[in-house]
Amino acid sequence: MESLTTWIEGLLADNTIFTLQTLSYYGEGLTTTVQLVFLSLIIGLVLAVPLAIGRGSKHQWIKMPIFFYCYVFRGTPLLVQLYLIYYGVVFIDGIQDTWLWVILEKPFVPALIAFTLNTAAYTTEIFRGAIKSTARGEIEAARAYGMSWWLMMRRIVLPSAFRRALPAYGNEVIFMLHASAIASVVTIMDLTGAARFVYARFYAPFDAFLFVAAIYLCLTFSILYLFRYLEKRLLAHLKPSGQ
Amino acid sequence: MAATPIPLEVRNIKKRFGDTEVLKGLSLKAKKGDVITLIGASGSGKSTFLRCMNLLEQPDEGDLVVHGEDIRFKMTKHGREPADWKQVVDMRAKLSMVFQSFNLWAHMTLLENIIEAPIHVLGKSKQDAIAHARELLERVGLAERADYYPAQMSGGQQQRGAIARALAMDPEVMLFDEPTSALDPELVGDVLKVMRDLAKEGRTMIVVTHEMAFARDVSTEVIYLHQGQVEEAGPPDEVLGNPKSERLKQFLAPKH
Repeated sequence: MESLTTWIEGLLADNTIFTLQTLSYYGEGLTTTVQLVFLSLIIGLVLAVPLAIGRGSKHQWIKMPIFFYCYVFRGTPLLVQLYLIYYGVVFIDGIQDTWLWVILEKPFVPALIAFTLNTAAYTTEIFRGAIKSTARGEIEAARAYGMSWWLMMRRIVLPSAFRRALPAYGNEVIFMLHASAIASVVTIMDLTGAARFVYARFYAPFDAFLFVAAIYLCLTFSILYLFRYLEKRLLAHLKPSGQ
Repeated sequence: MAATPIPLEVRNIKKRFGDTEVLKGLSLKAKKGDVITLIGASGSGKSTFLRCMNLLEQPDEGDLVVHGEDIRFKMTKHGREPADWKQVVDMRAKLSMVFQSFNLWAHMTLLENIIEAPIHVLGKSKQDAIAHARELLERVGLAERADYYPAQMSGGQQQRGAIARALAMDPEVMLFDEPTSALDPELVGDVLKVMRDLAKEGRTMIVVTHEMAFARDVSTEVIYLHQGQVEEAGPPDEVLGNPKSERLKQFLAPKH
């Protein structure tokens, strides 16, 4: 036990890498990653709800474009989507003269757009599956009790679908967190960007990347914990006999 | 002044699925306090007939009059559809249905199931809806189960809960679609007892059932369907006590 403490003390004493300076890089990286992931998840979620409803529509002209969008964004690598948006916007005629350029010039917004569109496509598919698996009898009961289509969606179909989608959506959140590491290739100083910077500066791959891996693990753990809590609360009705 | 309108009248309902005509012109008139039971072998069209009454199935032909109001239809390229869905929604709120497989909303507690439609469809206040729901739960013997989810209750409890949900709408007519068919034999009695009580207090009910004892004791009219047509209809003593058609005799004969 005592040898362990002395070992840790020794480790920190010799330590030239994890100074206040480098830790602040990681800190900024953490903020950027959390912002990027959180914003794209929230916007993606808001987009996915109407898209998932539309995806199940019987009108071809609503259903097909959404199907196409999901197919494209799920069928191509996120990195390629990011490149297309980040490098592609420059080539839109005249965009550099508009106010839009002010935000698009920096990598954060193109990355946010790419991540949002990507997660929205996956989330749409998750929700569509959950909506489709709503028990037929429950829908019939809603209709038989005089609910309009919209009321039925709002009160019966969506609340039960969201609950069923929770475990799969939790996976998507973790996936997005990890996928966000590729933001660093378009010069964003996210967590992975910070790790790369520290690595390049000290030429210490294990220290730089193991440290950042540990931060990702902690983030993943909090997400898992959050979803476990939500599932326990919101999926209580699926457990037979709660006594 | 005209007498109170008849709660439900259907005339000449026809329905086909593909090439099969499952309902060949069925009519029925439910006056206030009537308990009409529909009996027949499976495939005779009794459930489909019931489901046409609140338009869960769209009849291809025929009229529907709910509380004196004619339901309007129009022809579209998909076949005949209600002309005014708002009217259908209002109509359905007057006819509440009890299903074979209960169909309680799984993500809501029993109490939430019962107050859902009264609040969001009828526009009742939450307070009134809850007070009414608690009364109804008391009546069907489920007062302690208010905060249970459907999955935590037995089939019989779920079905009695579903009856409470139907009653919460203060319906003109209650439609029962084989309410005891999905239940274990020992749970059937409780559900039937609740239904007998409802009949006794003068509820207008249309019941699709295989429970002959219930049909005999409770109904004011029994309709025996065979292949989408009325084979025999009338008061229970006549239809069940003294069947005329050979088919009905066979249908009523004790099995084994």
